[in-house]
Amino acid sequence: MPDLLLELFSEEIPARMQAGAAKDLERLVVGALTDRGLLFEGIKAFAGPRRLTLAVAGLPAKQGDVREELKGPKVDAPPAAIEGFLKKTGLSKDQLKVETTPKGDVYIGVIERKGRETPQVLSEILPEAIAKLPWPKSMRWRAGDPVRWVRPLHSIIATFDGEVVPFAFAGVQSGNSTMGHRFLSQGALTARRFDDYEAALKKAHVILDADQRKAIIFEGVKGAAFVHGLEMIPDEGLLNEVAGLVEYPVILVGTIEDQFMDVPAEILQTSMRTHQKYFSLRDPKTGKMANRFALVANMIAEDGGKQIVAGNERVLRARLSDAKFFWDEDRKIKLADRVNALKGIVFHAKLGTQHERVERIAKLAGEIAGKIGADPKKAERAARLAKADLTTGVVGEFPELQGVMGRYYALHDKEDAEIADAVRDHYKPVGPSDAVPTAKIAIAVALADKLDALTGFFAAGEKPTGSGDPFALRRAALGVIRIVIENGLRLPLTVADDLLVFFADRLKVALKEKGVRHDLIDAVFALGHEDDLMRLVARVEALQAFLKTDDGTNLLAGYKRAANILKAEEKKDGKTYISEVAPDLLDAAAEKSLFAALSGAKTGIAPALEKEDFAAAMRQMAALRGPVDAFFDGVKVNDENPKLRENRLNLLASFRAALHQVADFSKIEG
Amino acid sequence: MAGKLTFQDLILTLQNFWASKGCLILQPYDNEMGAGTFHPATTLRALGPRPWNAAFVQPSRRPSDGRYGENPNRLQHYYQYQVILKPAPADVQAMYLESLKAIGLDPALHDIRFVEDDWESPTLGAAGLGWEVWCDGMEITQFTYFQQVGGIECDPVCAEITYGLERLAMYVQNVEFVYDLAFNGKVRYGEVFHQNEQEFSAFNFEKADTAILFQHFKDAEKQCQELLAGDKLLPLPAYDQCIKASHAFNLLQARGVISVTERAAYIGRVRALAQACCEAWLKTDMGAYKPRFG
Repeated sequence: MPDLLLELFSEEIPARMQAGAAKDLERLVVGALTDRGLLFEGIKAFAGPRRLTLAVAGLPAKQGDVREELKGPKVDAPPAAIEGFLKKTGLSKDQLKVETTPKGDVYIGVIERKGRETPQVLSEILPEAIAKLPWPKSMRWRAGDPVRWVRPLHSIIATFDGEVVPFAFAGVQSGNSTMGHRFLSQGALTARRFDDYEAALKKAHVILDADQRKAIIFEGVKGAAFVHGLEMIPDEGLLNEVAGLVEYPVILVGTIEDQFMDVPAEILQTSMRTHQKYFSLRDPKTGKMANRFALVANMIAEDGGKQIVAGNERVLRARLSDAKFFWDEDRKIKLADRVNALKGIVFHAKLGTQHERVERIAKLAGEIAGKIGADPKKAERAARLAKADLTTGVVGEFPELQGVMGRYYALHDKEDAEIADAVRDHYKPVGPSDAVPTAKIAIAVALADKLDALTGFFAAGEKPTGSGDPFALRRAALGVIRIVIENGLRLPLTVADDLLVFFADRLKVALKEKGVRHDLIDAVFALGHEDDLMRLVARVEALQAFLKTDDGTNLLAGYKRAANILKAEEKKDGKTYISEVAPDLLDAAAEKSLFAALSGAKTGIAPALEKEDFAAAMRQMAALRGPVDAFFDGVKVNDENPKLRENRLNLLASFRAALHQVADFSKIEG
Repeated sequence: MAGKLTFQDLILTLQNFWASKGCLILQPYDNEMGAGTFHPATTLRALGPRPWNAAFVQPSRRPSDGRYGENPNRLQHYYQYQVILKPAPADVQAMYLESLKAIGLDPALHDIRFVEDDWESPTLGAAGLGWEVWCDGMEITQFTYFQQVGGIECDPVCAEITYGLERLAMYVQNVEFVYDLAFNGKVRYGEVFHQNEQEFSAFNFEKADTAILFQHFKDAEKQCQELLAGDKLLPLPAYDQCIKASHAFNLLQARGVISVTERAAYIGRVRALAQACCEAWLKTDMGAYKPRFG
């Protein structure tokens, strides 16, 4: 079956947009093909600095024929209705069939559409798909034409079964030719099918597939490092970015001058990565950063890359001179003496300066430290120093080194090592894969930092919305949860109600990955007043284990039944049953034994919960299962005697209440 | 390195190159400004339907970048080479690469890359998409397709190419310290500009009279508004006042007397002037392109 080849050749597409664009193009074309009944065997999209390519294999040569029967108005319907139906179907009255239905005779219109040739369909859907590509940022470039694309588009290849599919987009007429590498090839190349296309590009020094480019870079950097007895410091993000900056990767190695090698490795690596997109290398034995870097050029230079390496080394020298200058200057002022300068940095218009924030964090960190067995004085000191590196030159240049630099400067100032570590680690965890701080001083400052941001922004009405979370409050809340749980901290979260709800939502996300059911978290949270995450999690986990048992499943079923009856009767009676059960009105044996069991459970569950022995609380609940089942088997709730009925409803309500000591079972699904 | 172009040869080569491409070779604008983009030949001419191809050197003043002549490549006064092509030719990237060859950067020996870098000037209400051009890892040019100037959509879209001349010359001459650049065969850049940097750094950071500058800003703003509100439409003199206000603001910033919150307000005021000038410009014959000369 025939194949489709589509290539969109443009000026340089931003690296960060390429992968998304390939996916979007595939999605749009797949959608359009499917809508028109064109199924295919395989599809693959490619993206690079100057081209997006889509290869669709095994398309039919034409669409299938379509026969559609449309039911119309009754034969005795008003003429206008019949007229409308004719208009809709494009048929004339004598072409309509009449069918007898139970409702009478109705007109049936039979529409037959011949399948169209695939290229004809492609001529329509391809320009539409190209126009619909949702670029994060796009531009106009043609006079008088509102058409937008990521950068000016230069040519389009569109072939089906080797023949050009004719269409135009943004003034570009589709054809079968394109360009190779900007500097390593000359003139246009033509391609009729994907195989010639990929091969022709390769000859023209373009590696089409980003994964292949990544592999070449990865292996190339590894190999180049090996030659120097070194290894590459893995950097997936950089690898992805660099693969989007070159069509033909060439790996070269340059040298970092000795004068820079006593600058902290983080500064060197960040400078090389952010500004220059170089890979850092290290000594595999010591793990120490090496005085070499690997750069990925897009060029096989005539001199073997000598000038390219020399040029890059010069640029790096200038960059690192700047960085070294900042590093040297920064250390001339003590971190402690920088705290005052935070008065000049606005944290947020509604939340004051960084200085005010640091004061709040220090107070909170001291309180937290006291509760988790850490030295409050040290925690306060660490908190006061925690943001001081924001005023340093290195952090001004490389904001991502905040904290890391603070630690270096703190150590340089001979601050306590625990304090220095806390300055670095108080931002942690910075993402889901980042570890949480485990040292107590760092924990105190990290929690204080996040809680201050959360309470502050919530109070200022800057809560995250469905579409945006500009202050990364979700991450902060998740950070708090992870720090507390992974360190097993017993710490009440004394925060406002709306923030507690926010924590509950984050907790659901966090625990979902561990296989904890979100409805159980809701059920426990619904009890209210639970501000101890560890206790909450223990309770949820015990509940989940219990619900997996036979007793648990049956008890839940019994609860649902009781709750449903209560709901129906309470609605009917217009009242809520919460009164004490009158023992003298208990009649049937099953209700007597349920009453007895409930009395036992009531006195048993509360102390177990008090002791946080949730397994024991669950055992107490399990003991209710038999009596509950027996009650429903043997007792009719809606007795003719209204007194008995009311007492039984109170009995069920008391059963409901007993369970609600552990969790709000009405929130539990299934 | 193929060429050892002196600083002035570099300028002359670019002048000749872009002249050969049909650009008007204009001279620098006689007002202090932060970048070539402020030149009316860019800001105003980027708007409206009239085709426009021009190239010029523009001395650019960034008071806060002063380093008293001690930094190897930071200057409070430097030269930009600015090319403005409207409408942007389809082969503008190729033309640009040709210009690199002309100044001795042979693409066969270097690694030249177009790396995403969108440009925005909040004071001009201008924005565009484009790249910074890298040569062996060094940014040598800003390449932008203007989308908006003075808050007004550009149609046709023009291409703006801005070379940082000192940086480019340092690369071509293999020089690490800007003052070591050969200006011509005999005179070094430092002999021309080092004292300039020292004196103006002192002026920018220490001596510029802030009361006078605040007054300058107000006066320029007032004059600009008056020129645009009068019975005679005078967007060109009005725009001069907008440039003056912008420079006064830059100096005030260097003097450290504008707080973070005030900063946004001042930028907004300059932008309002720029927008009003641009709107007025489009009402003039040149801006609206009523062909007067057949």
